[in-house]
Amino acid sequence: MKILRLVMMLICSTSTILYAQDDLLGELSKQDSAQTIPVTATFKSTRVVNGQSVETMKKKHLDFRISHRFGKLNSGAYQFFGLDQASMRMGFEYGLTDDLMIGVGRSTSQKVYDFFGKYKLLKQSSGARNIPVSVTLFGGMGITTVNKELEFQDKLYYTAQVLIARKFGERLSLQLSPTYLHRNHPDVTGDEKVLLAVGIGGRFKLSKRVSLNGEYFYTAREKNTVNAPYYDSMSFGVDIETGGHVFQLHFTNSLGMIEKQFIGETAGTWGKGDIHYGFNISRTFSFDKKNKKKPTHE
Amino acid sequence: MKTYFFRMVFATLLGITLHSVQVSAQGGMFATTAGSTRFSASTPLENIEAENKKSQAILNTANNEIAIRMNMRDFVFPNKLMQEHFNENYIESVKYPTATFSGKVDKAPDYTKDGQYDLSATGKFTVHGVTKERTINGKMKIEGGKISITSDFNVALVDHNIEVPSVVFVKIAQVISVKANYVLTPYKK
Repeated sequence: MKILRLVMMLICSTSTILYAQDDLLGELSKQDSAQTIPVTATFKSTRVVNGQSVETMKKKHLDFRISHRFGKLNSGAYQFFGLDQASMRMGFEYGLTDDLMIGVGRSTSQKVYDFFGKYKLLKQSSGARNIPVSVTLFGGMGITTVNKELEFQDKLYYTAQVLIARKFGERLSLQLSPTYLHRNHPDVTGDEKVLLAVGIGGRFKLSKRVSLNGEYFYTAREKNTVNAPYYDSMSFGVDIETGGHVFQLHFTNSLGMIEKQFIGETAGTWGKGDIHYGFNISRTFSFDKKNKKKPTHE
Repeated sequence: MKTYFFRMVFATLLGITLHSVQVSAQGGMFATTAGSTRFSASTPLENIEAENKKSQAILNTANNEIAIRMNMRDFVFPNKLMQEHFNENYIESVKYPTATFSGKVDKAPDYTKDGQYDLSATGKFTVHGVTKERTINGKMKIEGGKISITSDFNVALVDHNIEVPSVVFVKIAQVISVKANYVLTPYKK
């Protein structure tokens, strides 16, 4: 009997659906019910603050990034609270496909050239295909050129990250970033070559164009030892989006802007006020000529 | 005995629903799911253009009703950052996923005769969740069992509560010009 009642209900509901077809708009909306809707803009930029976000550059889009970190806030009025000193990274980052990007950068700190690739493995989506998280793979390497006595081999370092993020509604996005870092020759003698870390980052949208970002990298080692006089990196920032630019302003205890430096070699600690003010400016250019051609109209 | 009764009811209901489908299909419906809708919000400062090639349109020649529907996400911009801003900040496509028009052709032409006609349709135009009663002008061309509809019209951002904040460096036109081009073919369910 229960089955029969169910069947009856089913019939009734089908007939109401069919009735709704008389409405032409209803007829149209029926045609795309099986769409998969990918989640967009989990983060405003390819970076959360220092660390990579799950976002990649779209195909044929170039991102020119300039990042600055000033000196420590606690350096006093003589150093103008850090603003007298500045460390900089300049980078060009380009989307080969919508899911694959490459990047190259140069940091003044340690005179590092860094190269990386990022690949979007999974995209959070709803609808026909329901995927709860976005997953992006990051692989990078770099050459530290400040120490000229070192063999070429010893100047190299490598980073691998799995970035897992989810956008919870319109405002909140969270990301987990397990990290593997390998230095062929650590800066401090006695420091381990391999460093494992896990980052947690997030963004909270305050308005349509302004978001609050935070990031913390937990490193699997003792803090502030003789062999590794380093702390965990913690950063807070604000993303402001203005058309083609994204401005990211932040406070962080890390001076470096590449994984090796901010995950592996953060020398300052928030507790003592070793806080650097800094910003990233990202400007995107589109080289997609194909889409610019105007379709003909009668 | 009871099961038999329900089976009968089931069969009858099924018959009725199937019948109603057939009836509405005979109404002389023409439709497309691959219509082109382009808009331009360009200013001397910035070229802002996008095209939606998956616009849906349906016309019932029996009663002159016409409906148009498109997913805002299907608008493709040459600059993907603009596309993201369009969806996230201006049109809010998560909240308001579609733009629609639903109305009637004012002075219907003879759909069985080939030819080109000036045309207007009056009805409800909805963008960004705001519905306006509008009459939209266009042209209709009937040729070889196909109905082509083209239209050129403007949409003022302020009419649909689409805000462009002053913080945006890139200037966006306050009135968007829209060009639509749909080729409708006989509609089969």
